[in-house]
Order: sequence, then C-alpha cells, then structure tokens
Amino acid sequence: MVIVRRQFITVGETVMTKGETMRYIRPLSIEDAVGLLAGSSGTAAILAGGSDLLVRMKGGFVEPDLIVDIKAIEGLSEIRQTPDGFSIGAAVPCAVLGENAALKKAWPGVVEAAKLIGSKQVQGRCTITGNLCNASPAADSVPALVAAGAKAVIAGPSGKRTIPVEAVPIGPGKTSLAKGEIIEAILLDNQAPRSGDAYLRFIPRTEMDIAVVSAGVNLTLDEHGVITAARVALGAVAVTVLLVEEAAEALIGRKLDEAALERLAKICSGACRPIDDKRGTIEFRRKVAGVLATRAATTANARAGGK
Amino acid sequence: MNFDPRFSGRKFSSVGTRPLRPDGIDKVTGRARYGADFNMAGQLVGRVLRSPHAHAKILKIDTSKAEKLAGVKAVITAADLPDLTDGDAGMYDVLDNCMARGKALYDGHAVAAVAAVDASTARQALKLIEIEYEILPHVTDVDEAMKHTAPLINDAIFTEGLEEKPAKPSNVTKRSQFGHGDVHQGFGHADVIVERSFKTEQTHQGYIEPHACVANVNLDGTADLWVCTQGHFVYRQHCAQLLGLEASKLRVTSSEIGGGFGGKTHVWAEPVALALSRKAGRPVKLVMTRDEVFRASGPTSATSIDVKIGARKDGTITAAEATLRYSSGPYAGTWAEIGAMTAFACYKLDNVKTVGFEVLVNRPKTAAYRAPSAPMAAFAVESAVDELAKELGIDPVEFRIKNAAQEGTRSSYGPVYGPIGIGPTLEAAKHHPHMKAPLGKNQGRGMACGFWFNFGGQTCVDLNIGMDGSVSLAVGTVDVGGSRASLSLVAAEELGIDYAQLKAVVADTSSLGYNDMTDGSRGTFSSSMATISAARNAIKILRDRAAQTWDIPVDDVVWENGHAIAKGEKYGNLAALSLKEIAAKSGTTGGPIAGHSELVADGAGVSFATHICDIEVDPETGAARVIRYTVIQDAGKAVHPTYVEGQYQGGAAQGIGWALNEEYIYGKDGRLQNAGFLDYRIPVCSDLPMIDTQILEIPNPNHPYGVRGVGETSIVPPLAAIANAVSNAAGVRMTHIPMSPPRVLAAIEAERGG
Repeated sequence: MVIVRRQFITVGETVMTKGETMRYIRPLSIEDAVGLLAGSSGTAAILAGGSDLLVRMKGGFVEPDLIVDIKAIEGLSEIRQTPDGFSIGAAVPCAVLGENAALKKAWPGVVEAAKLIGSKQVQGRCTITGNLCNASPAADSVPALVAAGAKAVIAGPSGKRTIPVEAVPIGPGKTSLAKGEIIEAILLDNQAPRSGDAYLRFIPRTEMDIAVVSAGVNLTLDEHGVITAARVALGAVAVTVLLVEEAAEALIGRKLDEAALERLAKICSGACRPIDDKRGTIEFRRKVAGVLATRAATTANARAGGK
Repeated sequence: MNFDPRFSGRKFSSVGTRPLRPDGIDKVTGRARYGADFNMAGQLVGRVLRSPHAHAKILKIDTSKAEKLAGVKAVITAADLPDLTDGDAGMYDVLDNCMARGKALYDGHAVAAVAAVDASTARQALKLIEIEYEILPHVTDVDEAMKHTAPLINDAIFTEGLEEKPAKPSNVTKRSQFGHGDVHQGFGHADVIVERSFKTEQTHQGYIEPHACVANVNLDGTADLWVCTQGHFVYRQHCAQLLGLEASKLRVTSSEIGGGFGGKTHVWAEPVALALSRKAGRPVKLVMTRDEVFRASGPTSATSIDVKIGARKDGTITAAEATLRYSSGPYAGTWAEIGAMTAFACYKLDNVKTVGFEVLVNRPKTAAYRAPSAPMAAFAVESAVDELAKELGIDPVEFRIKNAAQEGTRSSYGPVYGPIGIGPTLEAAKHHPHMKAPLGKNQGRGMACGFWFNFGGQTCVDLNIGMDGSVSLAVGTVDVGGSRASLSLVAAEELGIDYAQLKAVVADTSSLGYNDMTDGSRGTFSSSMATISAARNAIKILRDRAAQTWDIPVDDVVWENGHAIAKGEKYGNLAALSLKEIAAKSGTTGGPIAGHSELVADGAGVSFATHICDIEVDPETGAARVIRYTVIQDAGKAVHPTYVEGQYQGGAAQGIGWALNEEYIYGKDGRLQNAGFLDYRIPVCSDLPMIDTQILEIPNPNHPYGVRGVGETSIVPPLAAIANAVSNAAGVRMTHIPMSPPRVLAAIEAERGG
C-alpha cells in the first residue's frame, strides 16, 4: 500500500512590492490544491506551464499572494484514453498533445490549435487548460475545443462538475470558475465516424504571434457527404470565443458546396462583434472570420472524407 | 604622417578571404559580455519613473516617501542634473530627454529615477514617488502636428529656413531645400507626370539587446562607465558635459553590442545612471526593459511625402520634385533634410527640387536608424518611378538605367559624383536570373534602388607587436558587424602575416585617442584606413630594426610578405628577417615595436544598391509573404565577404519588417499601444526567405583598398521594392507603410469597389 503523505513544498519566498510575502506551494493532490485556493485570502494563482502567469508577473500586471503549482498532482500531467474518448490533464503541455498519435488522429484540429500557441519553447510548457482559463478571446486552442464539443472537469470545494468549455470564459481575463475551483482535465469525446475538425488562425507573421481572427470547425457527414452535425467557433471577434450556432444550422442537411461556403462566410462575418485595436480593424476581422471559417470547413470536410 | 589614402589596385592575399570572426565563439557559447553582463561589488539597481502622459506639465514631484524606504540609496529628478550645457541647444535637448525638466513631452519620458539595493525595492520606490501633472493637449501625427490648430510642443520654436522669420511659433522647426534647374519648366516638357502622396509609420531599430550600463562615480571626480553603445568616445563627451566631469577622467568601456542600427548613438540612461551613482556613492546598474526601449529610446521618423515626377515618352525624366515631412519627436532634428538630400540621389536630373520639413510630435526623440531618413524617401520616389515606367510602357529596370546617375553627374543634393555603382547594380539586376524567374498565382515582382552617403570621420588605431611576433590591434570604432575580423584582415594584408597571428580589440576611452562612433557605415571604412596607416608606421620601425641588425642603411631594406629584405646585390647573402625574428630582438634594438595612426578618414565613397523581390498576396486576407529576395550592392572592396553579405541580408530583413508589419501604434490618449515584440512585429526566421546577395566592387578612389561603407544602404530599397511587388501582386498601388494585412485588404476591397 502506498501512503500518499500530505506534503507541501515551499520553494523560496519573494518579497513583493506590496510588502507582503508571496507563497509558492506545490501540492500533491487536487483536494489539497482546492483547499489552498479556497482558503486563500489575497490573490491566488494556479501555475501549470506558467506561460501566461509568469509573463504577467514579470510585467508587473499581477502580484499573487499565493501560487499553487499543480504539476505535481497525480494524473494531471497525463492524457488518458477512455472508452468515451480522451481526458487531457490540466498540466499536460501542448507539445505532448502533438506526440499523442491517437489524439492527433481523432482530433487533428484541436492538436493543430494547441501547437500554434507561442513558440516551440512555449509549447513545451503551456497547457490547453491554461489557455482556456487565461480567458483571452484570441486563445488559439479554445475555438478548436469549442468546435470539438470539449468539456471541462472542474474540482471545487463542493465536489466535481463538468461543463462545456465555452461556459468557462465569460469575458477577457474572466472565467465562470468560483473561488477554490480548478479545472482538472479537458474531455474530448471519441470522434463520430466520417467526422473531421480543423482550426485556422490569422496572424501577420508565420509564428510567435496572437490570433487576429480564428475559426474552428467540426463536421460529421453521412455516407453521401451530406453534413449531419456541425460546430463552428470563432476567436478574437468578440469578448469571448463565439459558438456560431446559426452557421452550424446552415451547414446541416447539405453538402459543403460553393453556395454553402458562401453562406457560411456571410453568417460568420455577421456573427462577429469585433473591435478596432492594434491587431486589426473591425472590417478586417469581419471579412477574415468568414474567409477562415470557409477554409477551416473545407479542411474539416476533407478530413471527414467529403469531396 | 604622410599617409596616402588613394586607391592603388594591388593584389590581395588576406583581404577578400572569409576567416572566422574573433568574437564568434564567445558569442555562440554565451561567454561574450554584453551591456548587462558587467557587475561590480556593492552595485545598486537603477530604475526610471516615466511619464504616462503624452504631454503634461510637471507641477510637483515629491520623492520624500521613496527616499525613506529601506534599501533606497538615491532618488533623482531633473534637479540632480543641473543645466551645464552652456547654450548648446542640441545638448540641452539631450539633457531634457534624459530627465524631463518641467514638462513631460511623450509617453515614456523619464521624470525621476531611483537606485536601490535590489530590483523589487527600486520598483516599490518608484511607486512611492508622487507627481502632480497638468495634462496638456498632445499631437502624435506628423501631418496633424503641422496644422496651425495643433497643440504647440515648444512655444520657443519658430520655423527656421523660411524667407521671413515667422511671427508665430510652430511645431515645424526647420524647412530645408535642395536641387537645381527649374522644375516648373521641366514638368512643362513632360509627356507623362505621376503625382502621389505617401505615408510611412514610425519604426524602431528593434535591436535585441536593450540599453544597459553600469556607472561608478568616485569621490575624486573620476568615473567609469561600462555600456552597450555604438560610440563610447561620444558617450564619454556627452556624459562628461552633462555631469560636469572632465572627459579624460571618465573612462568608458564599450561592451559587446546586441544590435544598435543607429539607436545606440545617443545617451538616454547613461547620464541618469552616473547621476544616481554620484548621489548614492555606489556603482549603479541600469538596464532598460523592452517596454522602456520602445517608449523611450530613439525610433525613426514617421513621414508624409508628396512626389511628382515627369518624363518624356522616350523615358527621359524631365523634372522631379518632392516635399518631405518627417517627425523628430519633441526635439528639433534634421531628419527631413537628410531625406530631402537622398530622395533623388540615384538619378541624373536636369530639374530637381526637394523640400524638407522637420516636425515636432509628442513621441520619443527620433534617432538614427540605418541610413536614417533614406528608406522613406526612397519608398516614395521609387514607387512613383515604378508607376511612371508603367504609364510609359517601359520596363522598370530599363527606365531606371536610362535615368541613372553616372560619374560626373551633379547629384540632386549638390556634389558631383565620382565613380559610382548605381548603373552597375541596375545592369546586374537586369541580367540576374531572379528577373526572369516565373511567378505564380497572386505573386508580383518589384524592384527599387537606394542610395546612402557613407561617412568617414575621426579615427585612431594602435597596432602593437608582441615579442613573440603576435600582433594586437586596438581600435576605437565599436564592432557592430564583424569589423574586428575585417580590420585584422587588413592588418594581416599590410604586414604580410597570417590572420591568426592577430587579435583585434575595441579599446576603452582611456587607452586610445578619440574616435567618432560607429555610424554612417564608417566602422570598416575609416578604421581600415587607420589600420593601414598604423601598419605602415609599424613597418617603418620593423625595417629600421632590421637595418640596425644588419648594420645597413634603412633605405636598402624593403618589407615583403612579412619579412624585411635587404635590397640589392651587395646584400645577397643576408637571409630575410621575419616579423617574428625582428620582434624577438626588439628589447635590444630599441624597445617595443608599434604603429599608431590618428586621422580623419575623408572621401567615404557613396553607395548604391538595387533590390529585387517577389511577393505573394492572399487576396482574401491581405497577407503578404516574401517569396524571393535579391540584394545587389556596391561594396567598393569587400574586405570580409561573409560579413558584407550579412550586412546586405540584415538590411533587407529589417526593411521587410518595416515594409510589411512594423509600426508604432498610438492610442487617442497619446500612449504607445504596442511597446513589445508581440505586437511590434519584426520578422521571425520563418517569415523570410534566404536572402540572395550579389557583391559588386567598384573601387572607392579615396581608400587604399577601394573600400566603401556597406552597412546601411541595404535598408534603403526594401520599402519601395516590396511596395512595388505588393502593388503588382494585388493590382493596386500601395502608398502607406507598413503594408499590414488590414491595409492591403482594405486597398484590394476599395479597388474592387467592394
């Protein structure tokens, strides 16, 4: 019998500018992590890859009183394949997603999205759960996860619950998670037969950038190539990633022909509620959202076996 | 010294080869010491408090709380940097830029600084400094700033260069004009005239290494400064003047440099670090963050340019005219003037006129950026030249060849050209395989020419021969692009010894005479001239020592292939003496052997380049991708061809970033929105193709080896070459740089009438 000792490791104490001490704790169980977060009085932050948190701390944008490092928690650094699909632990780096052949085969769009975040070095640290909880409307993996119908398993002071990923971010930098709650894993169902997903983003560079607009599409076809199920998600065109249900409805029941693509582009452009900012204009985002949705849909359709 | 700098067509054995650079291994293994890598015992951390406002009166600064914080050793404001500039307006601006005096003139302008025992204490201290501002209306756009209704940035400035002294102050500090002939008459002879307006946004040099220094002021009035700079002698002069130190008692050592491109020719943080050290009585390290580098160092100008060019049907340009408006930040500059000088320098023109306006805006002080001011002028002119060729139905290369300046042409900015490379680079472009390569769907090809003056200036070199025959070369021009390797090759060539026998270092300001900074593409041009001179002086001594050894007249001793040779039949039995043999005996033949040189390197030959590029534009997103890029440039003589090619590629890479994505974006509040490399988009490796280079060698008659500066010209043509290619690919003339995807898409949609 293995006795898991309740063990807290405190590594270093840094004097913060508020004159208080920052605590860094690396718990070994999810219950301990939840307990620490629920019991904290100041600003608490969860550390997995740290590709958002450490940058924000260095820039002086956030000064946490408590950092809970979840990487030592058992199971959180694993991708588990279940009869229903995949469970991706909250501390699994995005690069590891790309090394999982079964996941890549089932959900190529999700893996593509995860492998676009930051740079190679960043992908070795960053996680899709962190990407989701950072709650940026431009997060790369989120539209792909929303299109894939992914769910988040949340552990909290009052037990566990599972919600669709699109219910996690509620605005830039804000999530629906309550105090003490922590996402333990992201669930992806087994992909239905004759299905395919795809994700595309627009950046002015080739890499090391943040999406100006993005689109994730997941399609299921019947034997004749007619679309029977569809999910279309857009990123960086509203305060949160948008699930465009009208676009899905317009696709279901028809083949992905020229007319369907044109309709898809129009609906997606219309669904955008973008802003003008340093990364792009309203007009640009509207137009390119439609373009990317049609391009992603074309790839998803081909992956599903459509012609 | 009777040094003859004229070109002599000698044969080379070392010059033109490609040995490894002496600083290479340290750089790739992380051993090289950059600005932030120097440390001293007891050193404090310096940090600067900056204005969050674009334009504001500083009503009150209260530093008392910060001073009381444990661990804080000094807090300074402008009061700690009294005005010692003695009526020198340029230096007063430098002082005001280092620490705001009464008014903050841009978002990021330094207003106070602290030195503390560690970074978090220093950060905390900054938060305890209380400043009361009165926010003033601001202006950041160059055209807006010229309007009569614009907020005045400095009400003591009246436009210079007008026929009558203006009655009212203005944000336009100066008007300048260049040209000859009669453009009005010239346009009268034109069959076709193209007239266009262009804009370019402000860009930063984007050097990877932020500004960093360690300052140590001693109680006896001496001081040391270790700093990342392009010119430690110039930094010494400026810092000494601003702090009231004697120049020779301030020793400045330059670190390795992680890029400068003109941005490390000015002092920003160094006088502040020295003032903090003086007040604290301890060494102070000051390293700017990336955010500070963007907000408060020296980007290049934003511009607005009108161009009008007319030509006859046969392709002869009859007249050319341009009005150039360049932002200079909140202080007077001469950036439009330089733009106006370079604009039409590639062409042989009977009637030409350029007018420049220097414009104040609430942005950081404009600094030099690689061939400063020329890329924007070339963008406007070369775009119009391309359009004119198209309207005339003449091939753009042929059109330029027909109108290219030649030896004897009176340049548009005044001087008459000697032998120059514009014609040869165009001929090389015409025959380059790139010109005939097929283009794919949505792809377009563009080409453009560029000019840069190149500079020479004050230079000093010491060459010391060790008793073991090894040679050390101490130079005073900071090595920004491989000049230690090039100068070692030059010394090896003159002395007739192996490159490996030499070691070149950049000496500190107390070890060598004054040197101008490494700017104007002068590093290798001027220091190689001084190195040749120093080597020849050393050879005189080597011959003299050989003559002594042999007891024969020195006039009978010649220097060949690293050996002293007794000339003439009567000395037939004397074996030649190598440098090593002579050096070994130097202790008994008269002491150390060295060659020195102090000179003003005149006659830097002007430089020209022609670039060709292929661009693919995604018509649905406006994204432009560089498919192929070729640089053809005159080097005079490529001392180390690999590093010449590196300069060609580097300039093209920076130009590509500038052309497609880089820009300072200001909000309505006058604050910089993208002070970081995430949203200030320099190209990453995968954005660029391998950039092809072709070196032409048209010797500079004013350098013994024919060397011309090569560092800057390569950034002049890219904006125009890429704009011409994007315009050809997208089917619409692009007139606003950068050609970011939203701008290109908007232009395509407007052309479609969509």
